[in-house]
Amino acid sequence: MIKSNYLALLILALVLAFIPLAISNVYYLGILIFVGINSLITIGLSLLMGYAGQISLGHAAFFGLGAYLSGVLSTRLAVPPVSALLLAALFTALVALLIGLPTLRLKGHYLAMATLGFGQIVYIVFNAWVEMTGGPSGFGNIPRLRIGGVVFDTDLKYFYLVWGLVVVGLFFAVNIIHSRVGRALRTMHTSEVAAGTLGINTVRYKIQIFVISAVYASVAGSLYAYFVTFLSPGTFGISFSILLVTMVVFGGRFSVWGALLGTAVLSILPESLRIIKDYDVLVYGAVLLLVMIFFPEGLVGLIGRVFRPRSLPEKLRT
Amino acid sequence: MTLGSQILQYIISGISIGSIYALVALGFNIIYNTTGIINFAQGEFVMLGGITAASLVTIFHVPILIAFLAAVIIVTAAGAFFERLAIHPLKNPSVITLIIITIAGSILLKGIAMFIWGKDTYFLPSFSGDRPIHFLGAAILPQTVWILGITGLVVILLSAFFKFTLAGKAMRAVASNRMAASLVGINVKKMVLFSFALSAAVGAVGGIIIAPIALMDYDKGAIFALKGFAVAALGGIGNFGGAIAAGLILGILEALGAGLISSHYKDAIALMVLLLVLFLKPSGIFGSAQESRLKKF
Amino acid sequence: MKKLFLAGVSLILGLGILIGSLDAADEAKQEPAKLERYKVGALFAITGPASWLGEPERNTVLMIEEEVNKSGGINGHPLKLIIEDTVGDGTKTVNAAKKLIASDKVCAIIGPSRSGCTMAIVPIVQAAEIPLISCAAAEAIVIAPDGKQNKWVFKTPQKDSHAAEKIFEHMKANGIKRIALLTGTTGFGAQGREQLKKLAPVWGMEIVADETYGPKDSDMTVQLTKIKAKNTQAIINWSIVPAQAIVCKNMKQLGIELPLYQSHGFGNIKYVQVAGGAAEGTIFPCGRLLVVESLPNDHPQKKVLARYKKDYEDRFNENVSTFGGHAYDALWLVIEALKEVGPDREKIRDYLEGKKGFVGTGGVFMFTPDDHNGLTREAFEILTVKDGKFDVLEK
Repeated sequence: MIKSNYLALLILALVLAFIPLAISNVYYLGILIFVGINSLITIGLSLLMGYAGQISLGHAAFFGLGAYLSGVLSTRLAVPPVSALLLAALFTALVALLIGLPTLRLKGHYLAMATLGFGQIVYIVFNAWVEMTGGPSGFGNIPRLRIGGVVFDTDLKYFYLVWGLVVVGLFFAVNIIHSRVGRALRTMHTSEVAAGTLGINTVRYKIQIFVISAVYASVAGSLYAYFVTFLSPGTFGISFSILLVTMVVFGGRFSVWGALLGTAVLSILPESLRIIKDYDVLVYGAVLLLVMIFFPEGLVGLIGRVFRPRSLPEKLRT
Repeated sequence: MTLGSQILQYIISGISIGSIYALVALGFNIIYNTTGIINFAQGEFVMLGGITAASLVTIFHVPILIAFLAAVIIVTAAGAFFERLAIHPLKNPSVITLIIITIAGSILLKGIAMFIWGKDTYFLPSFSGDRPIHFLGAAILPQTVWILGITGLVVILLSAFFKFTLAGKAMRAVASNRMAASLVGINVKKMVLFSFALSAAVGAVGGIIIAPIALMDYDKGAIFALKGFAVAALGGIGNFGGAIAAGLILGILEALGAGLISSHYKDAIALMVLLLVLFLKPSGIFGSAQESRLKKF
Repeated sequence: MKKLFLAGVSLILGLGILIGSLDAADEAKQEPAKLERYKVGALFAITGPASWLGEPERNTVLMIEEEVNKSGGINGHPLKLIIEDTVGDGTKTVNAAKKLIASDKVCAIIGPSRSGCTMAIVPIVQAAEIPLISCAAAEAIVIAPDGKQNKWVFKTPQKDSHAAEKIFEHMKANGIKRIALLTGTTGFGAQGREQLKKLAPVWGMEIVADETYGPKDSDMTVQLTKIKAKNTQAIINWSIVPAQAIVCKNMKQLGIELPLYQSHGFGNIKYVQVAGGAAEGTIFPCGRLLVVESLPNDHPQKKVLARYKKDYEDRFNENVSTFGGHAYDALWLVIEALKEVGPDREKIRDYLEGKKGFVGTGGVFMFTPDDHNGLTREAFEILTVKDGKFDVLEK
């Protein structure tokens, strides 16, 4: 099981390595960079949703914390970008822990509501704390990411950096799924009561995964900040949180590969739809609706059905 | 202006906006109770109601009462159509899939509204003028009275419907046990359709009565959905009385937060108070812990 | 076992297909032309929360494109506009700007509509060395970190600081000293708040209340009640969203009799209509587009303004707004540059920086290396609402 994941990961890495040879247009590279950044968040989120069975409508806030903390640290306090990225991830992890402790005791829509409320509060702080965040007009001139002597100032370099991290992120995610924590979570997903009787500390595992997924989002946020070099609160609002959940479910939430697929399609689709101008909203909505109606397990479910017509979607959960 | 009358003014503002949140939350609850779905397209029903009535009155000069009824009927039909199109074809879907479907539905409805009404802002004249009623130094708008009155009426009608009519009882049966309901001969699918139509109607009413205070444009649905969902969740989802109370509390908290502390952080203050409550009482302000354990989502 | 592997392969296929469709989008735009087409990019918030800005902007530039091509193009070269929707979102704007630069290879870009979106692409246009004429308000757009002007970035809307000064000037003349601020939490509102707070002491104004509201808020009675309790002589409401009409209504409802000043973001007659009679007497600084009838015939802008207003209103059957005017100015600046120096990015930039006396809807532009906006405070007129119409306020 884990071996075929490694194989897929290797193929993905190889293909990614050659993509820039085929595509040199910075527009396409730029889109793929955003796909990579979004994928990092959704990989973490799919661990939370698919494996821990929890929903979060506040992941844009962790993404935003990563972005704003790195941006503020490296712009106003001249912290080197890599240190800023790590500090941001650490701080976001702490915030996730503090939020997760009371929140993950909640279930279902209360959890959704609590994460949504948290996301909204963070968004308001980005808007209202003008002295630090620049408020609604945002703040710019964030330096480029620098690791050792290498400055990541071109889209090509950034492409390799982001997707390198996505591959690493996938590697970790696959390992988490096949670790003790992953097994415990799967048991929990099937039946929380059963898991409890087996002596699995469900809340603790849930919090662990919640914090891990927040760190994924924070790193993605830092990468966003050093790529765009300008931040404004609009990017980190509730609509982005909802889009992230949509990406995970659309791709197939029982597999990190589904998250990757959903993210790629839903990030690239709006760009392909530029050709039909204003009608893009309608087509985008219709595609989303039709896929979910006919393939409730997401795109991965669709692929599973195409290749093995008799396989049950449940099988994909393993 | 004395502090007392200021606070009174804040509370009045809070109540009028809070009762709209409550109406949106009622829409969430109606659908949740029969289907277990959180319908994120609920805000679009509110927007559609408001914008339809406003355009009928300002462009076609239809009398307000007829515009009101026409808008409710149109939006009800839209809600039923949405159910037939997107929810009906599904066989045993998971809750999260249903939620994403309603999100897709809201994107579509918003897109369609953009094509019909364009990007302009629409506004409906107040039902009975704008001359405020003065009360202990605070000003009450006639529209606020309308909002409170109509919200109250909707609540009474809804409770009577669920208590005394066959259809209402059938919907409640579906809510408490789908399987058992279908065994006793209730057409569950029909009840689901009915709940979408009903909650669209309630949403539309909310949109129409708020339209003279707020302005309506095609992009306005999301904010109502957001607040309405928060209120429904805090009131204990599916709980009608809870939704009303939570809506009023959220509205008043926002108004007091803005008035007494800071308008920059008004929404954050209200949310923080509500989250604290949620952490201390994880089944919502009015939900019972026992009930929430039985819920699917 | 195999499924995950298949998922991986399909993922790569999916990516390939979608990226392939991006190329298809390009090819579809090819059409035969005699002389080389001059390609100009435009980024407007055509859909999304700022679509009321993007819509008139797009209408305006489409109208100009048609007009230019009908009359034989630019020195015989057809003008080709490539308009992209930013949805008012930073990330989408970044993608769209890269598309215009790398795929469409345009020679200049006009827009974006919003300040935040413009700020997000300033680093890109600076690096790609392509002239950008923004239609967004914030002055920070043209200012580089070192305090100089961004080499490649220009903007056509008047400056926020000039609008603030114009308001303060009027207040001072009318003996107003204690003021309340009410601003929307959008980029436009926040920039205005910053300028007002910075300039108030210079003009001897005391800010006694500083309240904000969200762009989608439905009710400002709370903020206004708070202001009412303070001893102020006037209220300044600075925002660009339709909600600013609600402020007028709420003031009347609460019985607040103070003078209401609005920003140049009020320059859309729809807001007056939406506010009903409540907008009567509102005072605000604005370009002269909305009061073209009241201008003397020898006013330098009269001809341009009257022509744009007539063309736009005849064609689209809706009232002209100052926002479309910003796009009008930006595109005509690019067309003049193309006429003089051809489609060379560097030459267009140099031409723009040296452009003097360009008569646009926003004012008479005098660009210099130290001023990439080129307008003075006098580009504003103090307007008011009288009988449901905009009119020049008599001094």
